[in-house]
Amino acid sequence: MNFPRGPLVVLLLLAFSPAGSGGEKPALERTVIQHYATLVAASYEDSLREAEKLQAAVGSFLDQPSATTLATARAAWIAARKPYLQTEAFRFYEGPIDEIDGRLNAWPVDEAYIDRVEGDPAAGIINRPNLHPELSLEVLEELNEKEGERSICTGFHAVEFLLWGQDLDPRGPGDRSHFDYITGKDATAPHPERRREFLRIVTEMLVRDLRTLSNDWAAGNPDNYRAWFTASSSTPALQRILQGVASLSSTELAGERLIVPYETKEQEDEHSCFSDTTTLDMEYNALGIANVHSGSYRRVDGSLLEGPGLDALLQARAPELAARLATQVAASLAAARAIPAPFDQAVLGPDSAPGRVAIHTAIKAFQEQAVTLSEAAALLAKSRGESEE
Amino acid sequence: MRFPGHLLLSAALAGPTAMARAESPAGGDTTVRLTSREAFAQPLANLHGDRRTPFFVGNSFFNQNWVAAPASTAARDGLGPLFNARSCSACHFKDGRGAPPDPGQAFSTMLLRISLPASGPHGSPLPDPVYGTQIQNQALPGIPPEAQVHVDYEMIAGSFDDGESYTLRRPLYRLENPGYGPVSPELRMSPRVAPVVFGLGLLEAVPEQTLAALEDPDDRDGDGISGRLNRVWDEKSGRLLIGRFGWKAEQPSVARQVAAAFHGDLGLTTSEIPRENHGPSQKAAAAATSGGSPEVSDAIFDSVVYYCRTLAVPAARDAADPVVRRGRELFGQLRCDACHTPELKTGEWPEFPELSHQTIRPYTDLLLHDLGEGLDDGRPVFGASGREWRTPPLWGIGLVPKVNGHSFLLHDGRARDLTEAILWHGGEARGSQEKFRALPKADRQALLRFLESL
Repeated sequence: MNFPRGPLVVLLLLAFSPAGSGGEKPALERTVIQHYATLVAASYEDSLREAEKLQAAVGSFLDQPSATTLATARAAWIAARKPYLQTEAFRFYEGPIDEIDGRLNAWPVDEAYIDRVEGDPAAGIINRPNLHPELSLEVLEELNEKEGERSICTGFHAVEFLLWGQDLDPRGPGDRSHFDYITGKDATAPHPERRREFLRIVTEMLVRDLRTLSNDWAAGNPDNYRAWFTASSSTPALQRILQGVASLSSTELAGERLIVPYETKEQEDEHSCFSDTTTLDMEYNALGIANVHSGSYRRVDGSLLEGPGLDALLQARAPELAARLATQVAASLAAARAIPAPFDQAVLGPDSAPGRVAIHTAIKAFQEQAVTLSEAAALLAKSRGESEE
Repeated sequence: MRFPGHLLLSAALAGPTAMARAESPAGGDTTVRLTSREAFAQPLANLHGDRRTPFFVGNSFFNQNWVAAPASTAARDGLGPLFNARSCSACHFKDGRGAPPDPGQAFSTMLLRISLPASGPHGSPLPDPVYGTQIQNQALPGIPPEAQVHVDYEMIAGSFDDGESYTLRRPLYRLENPGYGPVSPELRMSPRVAPVVFGLGLLEAVPEQTLAALEDPDDRDGDGISGRLNRVWDEKSGRLLIGRFGWKAEQPSVARQVAAAFHGDLGLTTSEIPRENHGPSQKAAAAATSGGSPEVSDAIFDSVVYYCRTLAVPAARDAADPVVRRGRELFGQLRCDACHTPELKTGEWPEFPELSHQTIRPYTDLLLHDLGEGLDDGRPVFGASGREWRTPPLWGIGLVPKVNGHSFLLHDGRARDLTEAILWHGGEARGSQEKFRALPKADRQALLRFLESL
């Protein structure tokens, strides 16, 4: 088991009620929490399934490296991102993902930690067999973040760099050649065998970690995180749900993913800089928040999972706030979708440039949405506290 | 309109609770409540809206790996040529604490300060004519690093009064493969682990008068505890200023601390310290390409300083737990609080209303105290003798294992846990240490539980 039952929970119980003394919440709260768990499980299940397809596509590429198999692997990476990005709404409350995110989706990647870069052809773990003679799951997991927070060698963005390479083209994404993965006289880069091994390992780790998360949230296991989460008191569970979406909206999206590149105007600071799919990141992150809000999740197979979300709960408990939040969630999703691709070009120019205006609008939308989510959390916690006095 | 903290819980939990009565939030209104790996990496809870912008930008530069000049990313080049790390976050990972290397491994999240016997102007450490005041154990390709630092431990056996035994580690350092000629046999060496970065703005906001009032250099109150401020030479203003930061309180401000780290640890020039960290006799280093003048632009520098000032302190936990309460009592009874001052108040700081007028619980007086022979590094820094160290803050100490995955403590990480750190306390703290050794086991554990709750 890899989830903490620890300090945060104790803190919450201490703060809200002497353990066990509080009356149970009405049915709606329980239903919303149960449905949240169902939605999380479905989201991780889809992420796992798409990551397995990515692993298969990477396998085919490594079996027969060609422009075609590389393009297929890249398409599979993008497809795997879509469900995964929506699951980021389940981060930031010390749930299962918060133990794993550092090796699953850490960014920005200092690509020179992994492989050669323009101006430094000897850079990276791949090109240093003397320092790291053996590449394995354990070795790369140990090296991840070892020399600082940008020294990332695992996760989605490591795979991204290995598939696309550095983005040196202002009009499009990185353009790594499949010959980087071919041994012999046609090789375009030294150490193709190590590069192949590296890509195989980090893709395998991605699948392994998503499988863990999927199991942590799967229904029917009395010992997993979901069982504990759905059995915990309503107030702390709802606080976690809200904390996740509010943190993603404010600190992560508005802050680290948008404000920083908006201020620095640098490609180094964009989320998916190798594949130029950063606008997709924004859109599907925003969608992840909207899912938790509405209780609806459009699965990868096209089916719609539906049930009571935050919106239903707030409509019953605080109709005015519910209406405001619904407008803001819709506005955030629209603002995220309005950022023009590629993102590294959208950040450039004067503040009046359409791309920068769109990014600024999204920053404000995410911030406002987070304010209301914060209010909702305070309100739900307060109503609980009063009911006990 | 209120901008949310990273943590809704900080708002949601506000209110009179058993916990709040026992222990007020560590950083006043700035406190965040988080116990994850990201517990040290949050902006002040009361930093709202656009006030957060430089925090996020500073965070990006704090984390990023700097590269050799020239590079395509001009804002991020200029590393070295001599350096200890490529990024701030390499040593202050997740804004937390560094650790000593595993036996036989190179230093990675700590470094070695050096100097010659005697003092330089104003009591500053006297630099080695070649190697300066710090060993940079890394260098750009083609340039020799200054040296590799090797550490061995001598094990010292001891026992508590109840007969339970313990083992302490005394480190012995030596330099190997000096890159620029033999080092003086007289060289004084002081290893330093990277300390946590959060809460620095609050400590900077404590008025000088408050700290001066805590001084008792001649022990007039006869309690066996002296305590005095370090007064350090500020080359920029040409004045003596009180020292607040660093293991010997050798830096007067967060800005100077950051500039000194860019200079000494990363080999990056700033307007604050516009020179490189190598000397003219280190010719291979002196010939390296510069990354601009300065290499860290003022805007980037300011954002990193802002970031370090606005990293929030995590809240203490479990304050109502009876064992923790017992530990807090013992902390007072053993007089740990004579130097680890539980509570301070910040003053008015017009630029930072968020940091102003906060009641904080850092468990430090920021003063120098004699810690005895066992911790003597033989390397004076301004007013601090080899035996004297600044009281380090204890806030967040219980979360270091979660954030950084280890429990090494003290300036050189020789203590493997809290117990060993307490047992190394000598000098003025000897009385407290002996009382700790005499405690029954349950009380020793209660004291540790209290520290872990901070």
